[in-house]
Amino acid sequence: MFMFEKAISGGRRYWLWVGALAVVIGAGFACYLLQLRDGLQITGLSRDVTWGLYIAQFTFLVGVAASAVMVVLPYYLHNFKAFGRITIFGEFLAIAAVIMCMLFIFVDMGQPTRVFNVLLYPTPHSMMFWDMISLGGYLVLNAVIGLVTLRAEREEVAPPRWIKPVVILSIPWAVSIHTVTAFLYSGLPGRSLWLTAILAPRFLASAFASGPSLLILLCLLMGRVTRFRVPREAIQKLAVIVTYAMVLSTFFVLMEFFTAFYSQIPEHGDSLRYLFVGLDGHAGLAPWMWISSLLGVAALCFLLAPKLRRNEKLLAAACAMVFLSLWIDKGIGLIVAGFVPSPLGAVTGYAPTLSEILISAGIWAAGSLILTVLYKIALSLREAPASATPPARGVEVLHEIQA
Amino acid sequence: MRDRGVIYTALVLFLGLLTFPVWHNLSAHVTAKGPDVKLPGAEKKCVAPVEYMRTSHMNLLIAWRDQVVREGEPMSGKSLTPTCLEKCHGSKADFCDRCHNYAAVTPSCWNCHEDRKAGPGSERAGMSAGAAGTSARATIARSGR
Amino acid sequence: MTISRKEFLRATGISLLAVAARKVKGAATTRWALAVDSAKCLKQDNCTKCIDACRQAHNIPSIPQQGRDIRWIWKDSFEHAFPGQEDPYSTQGGMPAMVLCNHCENPPCVRVCPTQATFKREDGIVAMDYHRCIGCRYCMAACPYGSRSFNWMDPRPYIKNPNPEFPTRTKGVVEKCTLCSERLAAGKPPACVEACPEKALVFGNLSDPHSAIRELLAARRHMRRRPELGTGPGVFYIV
Repeated sequence: MFMFEKAISGGRRYWLWVGALAVVIGAGFACYLLQLRDGLQITGLSRDVTWGLYIAQFTFLVGVAASAVMVVLPYYLHNFKAFGRITIFGEFLAIAAVIMCMLFIFVDMGQPTRVFNVLLYPTPHSMMFWDMISLGGYLVLNAVIGLVTLRAEREEVAPPRWIKPVVILSIPWAVSIHTVTAFLYSGLPGRSLWLTAILAPRFLASAFASGPSLLILLCLLMGRVTRFRVPREAIQKLAVIVTYAMVLSTFFVLMEFFTAFYSQIPEHGDSLRYLFVGLDGHAGLAPWMWISSLLGVAALCFLLAPKLRRNEKLLAAACAMVFLSLWIDKGIGLIVAGFVPSPLGAVTGYAPTLSEILISAGIWAAGSLILTVLYKIALSLREAPASATPPARGVEVLHEIQA
Repeated sequence: MRDRGVIYTALVLFLGLLTFPVWHNLSAHVTAKGPDVKLPGAEKKCVAPVEYMRTSHMNLLIAWRDQVVREGEPMSGKSLTPTCLEKCHGSKADFCDRCHNYAAVTPSCWNCHEDRKAGPGSERAGMSAGAAGTSARATIARSGR
Repeated sequence: MTISRKEFLRATGISLLAVAARKVKGAATTRWALAVDSAKCLKQDNCTKCIDACRQAHNIPSIPQQGRDIRWIWKDSFEHAFPGQEDPYSTQGGMPAMVLCNHCENPPCVRVCPTQATFKREDGIVAMDYHRCIGCRYCMAACPYGSRSFNWMDPRPYIKNPNPEFPTRTKGVVEKCTLCSERLAAGKPPACVEACPEKALVFGNLSDPHSAIRELLAARRHMRRRPELGTGPGVFYIV
């Protein structure tokens, strides 16, 4: 029904890749069984630092999921035709990212069998309730959009008219999933690092930098290993989006520094101090934060110069740096530092254990597998076939409907 | 046929999986004999009719739980150990476990609540060692939740 | 059954009034609170009687692993309990404070719990429903006082002298001081209050102007932890 048969035909490289992912998933799953049996004591979390690697990955990946809007919006609202061939890849990336988010939340729960309590006992005053609703809805939206548009393309017909409002809905919905995730943090009275109005804008800016940069890397990769070449114009436009978003994201981070250190309120600066220079002898995260900052600055140097940005090799390097920089800053940096110092002033270090890392790697591998399968399906309609027949017309026809 | 090897192997595996309940139970010496439940001595009347208790005692316990914990009602008469076990049904091992083990049901209540007659040590042994005593092997997997 | 519009409106109006009256009345009857007199507490060196009583009454495990301990009530320094209020010239420096769940008037933990596993009772106690808790630890992130603990493993092996009268908890749920609601139901004060040899812990009903705690608060200067956050803590520290 959903062309899954496209995903089970592939060359040697494809199966090697799938096999490697399966091994990592297996290792992660085995560790998770350990965690189910022994409890979350197998992680590096503690009474003071209660959220760590899992929630950090979740927070970062919600951003990647939301970034699909950066391909959908220009194409559907502004007729930017160059994105026509790649909106499906943005949407599929969103699906894989949202599933990873849900998996990370699931493995972080102490009583995962009770997960449906959140739906059985709806609690509108809890942001976590709305997070579950919005993530679930976003997954359904993107799955429907992807399925319908792809099938229409395969049948070489226009997609049904009702898909257009669904696509338009996914645009504010994408913004909402990351805003509500920011609300998880920015409404807590006792955590000064997070209690800032700029957290949601910062999340969105870093999302729109990290997501599209991953998408660029995936597009370049597809150009290398498949017969589908993403049009240069699309990649360049995505690169411009990444540039603006990264500038904004860096600006927002610097704003935090000003408020904390000019006001000189100890509580506001303590967490930042912990991150970059350490507090009370605990400086475990400092090397990570400096690397993240350096990567971010270096990436901006490449991205801001059009000549360098147009060089696809340098662009790839810059995108990787953006992704890594934001993965550190928005993931481990933001989440762990929110707990340091603790409400009682304790400075407790956190480092993920091997089991925690393996479970996280397992989930990343599961997401990569989902992404691989979905992309393989989409590529079956994009790849220039061995005999050169013209590509499907469905997407262009949809575009004509909306005009 | 070309894929003979794969087909036959898969067929054998499938049949093995299909007949798992039969040969697993045979090897565990589980019989179809029903649970040997120790009936209560003292009181002659339960809080609800037997048929209702057989099908819905879990719903009754959950209702009591929510009334006491969430709605702040007094605990007397609505507590498993003092109301049910101490007054009539004896200990968990003599009564509750008999049917639960036979039906391969592991309610998680005992992860927290105590079976006072058996003493505080027994829950630990019961939980970590796997299904308690008697007709134990019918219980398939102990997740230890 | 047919009912005229006038009758319907009349019935609705009266029921609404009744509900409002009940709510107003209910709000006034009970608000449990605790007062801690640190000066009295200091009279005995290294005294842990309240902590031990709580531990015994509630099967609180003693977990040796760093950062995995379960604490319902414990002693912490003044600087830690009242961040930002320390000053080098006062006598309070060094005076420890017993810290526990503040059973806030406006608790952030209740606000964030996605399943209402932690909820506010009418008598002011912030209660826990361990059956509903999904172990997400959002309440721990939200509590500005660090009052909550999580069961990182099965606590039972770590319980010394288990008390058969009270359940344990299981791995994967959050727990905290419950102001001994089970003892209050039996008309007894909280275990820590009863155990203190110096009577440094005073418990009572804030809604009753003649209760011991109200009289103490009227007579002595007192403070609360981080009142500027708007949580309305119910634990008062006599200074």
